[in-house]
Amino acid sequence: MAILSAEKMTKRFGGLLAIQELDIAIIENSIHSIIGPNGAGKTTFFNCVTGFYRPEEGRINFNSHNLVGLTPDRVVRLGIARTYQNIRLFPNLTALENILVGLHSHLKAGFFGIVVGLPSTRHEETEASKEAVRLLNFVRLEGKEDLLAKNLPYGDQRRLEIARALAARPKLLLLDEPTAGMNPRETQEMMDFIQHLRDALGITILLIEHQMRVVMGISETVTVLDYGKKIAEGTPDEIKSNPTVIEAYLGRGSAAEAR
Amino acid sequence: MTQMESLWRHGIKTGFIGAVTVVLLALIGMVEAFSQRDIIAGVISMGHALLLVIAIFMGYIAAKRTALSGIGSTLINSVVSGVIIAGSLVLLILLGSWVNLRSIFMNASPALYSLLTFGIEFKNGWTFLLLAGALCGLVAGLLYQSFPTFRRILITSLSSVIIAGVLQDMLRPTLSAWGPISVISDWLFSSNGLSLSGAITLCLVIAVILFIWFQKRDILRTRFSRLPSSGQRTLRMAGYVLLVGIFLVLPQVLGLFLSEVLTIVGLYVLLGLGLNIVVGYAGLLDLGYVAFFAIGAYVTAILTSPELGFFSLTFWQALPFAVILGLLSGVILGVPVLKMRGDYLAIATLGFGEIIRILVLSDFLRPWLGGAQGIGRIPKASIGGYEFATPQQIYYLILAGCAFVIFISLRLKDSRLGRAWKAMREDEDVAQAMGINLVATKLLAFATGAGFSALSGAIFASKLSSVYPHSFNVMISINILCLIIVGGMGSIPGVIVGAVALVGLPELLREFAEYRLLVYGAALVAMMLLRPEGLWPEVLHLRELQDAQSSSADSETPAPSGARI
Repeated sequence: MAILSAEKMTKRFGGLLAIQELDIAIIENSIHSIIGPNGAGKTTFFNCVTGFYRPEEGRINFNSHNLVGLTPDRVVRLGIARTYQNIRLFPNLTALENILVGLHSHLKAGFFGIVVGLPSTRHEETEASKEAVRLLNFVRLEGKEDLLAKNLPYGDQRRLEIARALAARPKLLLLDEPTAGMNPRETQEMMDFIQHLRDALGITILLIEHQMRVVMGISETVTVLDYGKKIAEGTPDEIKSNPTVIEAYLGRGSAAEAR
Repeated sequence: MTQMESLWRHGIKTGFIGAVTVVLLALIGMVEAFSQRDIIAGVISMGHALLLVIAIFMGYIAAKRTALSGIGSTLINSVVSGVIIAGSLVLLILLGSWVNLRSIFMNASPALYSLLTFGIEFKNGWTFLLLAGALCGLVAGLLYQSFPTFRRILITSLSSVIIAGVLQDMLRPTLSAWGPISVISDWLFSSNGLSLSGAITLCLVIAVILFIWFQKRDILRTRFSRLPSSGQRTLRMAGYVLLVGIFLVLPQVLGLFLSEVLTIVGLYVLLGLGLNIVVGYAGLLDLGYVAFFAIGAYVTAILTSPELGFFSLTFWQALPFAVILGLLSGVILGVPVLKMRGDYLAIATLGFGEIIRILVLSDFLRPWLGGAQGIGRIPKASIGGYEFATPQQIYYLILAGCAFVIFISLRLKDSRLGRAWKAMREDEDVAQAMGINLVATKLLAFATGAGFSALSGAIFASKLSSVYPHSFNVMISINILCLIIVGGMGSIPGVIVGAVALVGLPELLREFAEYRLLVYGAALVAMMLLRPEGLWPEVLHLRELQDAQSSSADSETPAPSGARI
């Protein structure tokens, strides 16, 4: 069953058609990759789903909610969390605080409760700290709670960003190039981690990825975008031998050769 | 030759910066004005101390920059910088004796030149001046090379002598008001500045105290950490009680004038803590902050003053209205500027501040707001017959206000809301993607800051018994912003330190009021270059994670065993 689906979704920037009548369905509890050359509209699609952009036409359905027109904070409350292509942590907050901000939508404390120090508020706060520590341990950042996010090494920042997204307890996790800038060993670790995430937490993962090894290694379904249009969709094996895809990536001549 | 140049490069560079500084200070008359006052009677005046401090400071910087290239080169560099600074003054005097600089710089008088050469005739004076510069550089270089503990003791004890000398007019009457202690004051101070013996003793006493403190500090710390947690808590509580006690007796000890200064500092602390939430936590640059101060003051005035005759509430009845109207106006300002960031927000809020001031000043609203004449006869606050009338009494009102606002700030700082503000400051888009409702969170920040400001305004109105439009000009907003930056953005103790430094000190040094803005500007630039995090930056809250960690270890975590990450 599809957890997220877009129907004839179109996004324009002035005269530029960033995404054109996109139909896509993400099966629940699957790992789904979106690939395509630079400028194909992959990140734009993420931004449309998470409410940063509003598509001009079409619908985006998530568990029977229409996401079009919702603000990002409403979308995350429905259960969609994301990471960014270029890491966007809160640099001057500690690792723990970053996670606690991720938990924001699940906490209820209001101004009055905080100032008065209501027991429920205090309890919520200690529970939140515990959960944040648990999440940090889950992404192997134990002992780094009080380091500023900007002082963490690159790999740690990537994992912290995922942990922050997980703090929102999403049903669907959008990962924008999670292995960008990683060496082969780190990439392999990240692939294992993504699969583990899905298996352990039972969530759906939609990722944008450029490294074919990752895409072919872990996804169950691959969607290929080019110039804002879907040009192919299928299992990794189907995509690998699809002439249109090869053409989009490598040009006409190479498609003929591959055949 | 080129190698020599590169060897001296840092000394020359810092020397030139120092040279520009001292020549500027001399030409604007600061050195001469400061020379009226002696720090140590007959030995050194404030003007000379100013020049010496600059020369030593620049020499120290030169030494620090060349720290990697050995003792010899550090010393050379610091001496070079000292000589350049002194040389610039020599050149200034030479130039002054050829050309009449007074047509441009009023203060470039023979009196200034004789001051600069320590009263010695220029023929011999200039060598003396150069020697003094070199000596300052040498001292700075040696200071840099000495043991850190020794350095800290020396710097702290010497600066306390300077501070005692600068604040002599405050310290002398305060000390002499206390029967037996007045002996100390008579001995410590002469008619102008500290006496020589007094200064030496003061310096030694402070050095000895510091020495003992540095020796015993670690022992005390380990002893404290070995105490059971209940013992630690009792000690901490005792510390707080002592602190509260000190604050409670302070106005009695300090006397009328200093209490008045304290009330002004207190009002700025209130204002600063409010703006700290808006700017320091939430990162919304608000330059119209004085508007809420004005709203708090005017609401109190309208509701209490019999002069207008609309209402005649007491201060306490009017206070909630003032604060609530402040909160509401914070929201009203917030709504139109919700989508603005950075510079645009600053300009828009600046306009808001001016709108309020001009409205209050307008003839159109005169029947209700008093126009340029303001509103007078505002009653003092009182509790059960105790009236907050004199500065010493109003002090307690402000102290209570500060305590209240500090308490709220502390509670908010590490809460869900405080984190949402900080996240918004760091990255607004991502904060929103984390589920933070930007509209509500921003408005809450504006409203909280405005509420604090209105509280301060209400107390201000009752303190002065009158309100005038010109008390609420844009300089107040800028002062508050400066004190937050100097103290440390987002830091609660930083606001207090900043208010003392930028509001308290100028009040104490009223006779040099004309240099106030210059010092503000210099302080801001120096802070940005040398200590961008502020005088007392926000300390990272190091949580006690032990129990949180141990309790999460045995609960059912999604165990990372399967993944190797």
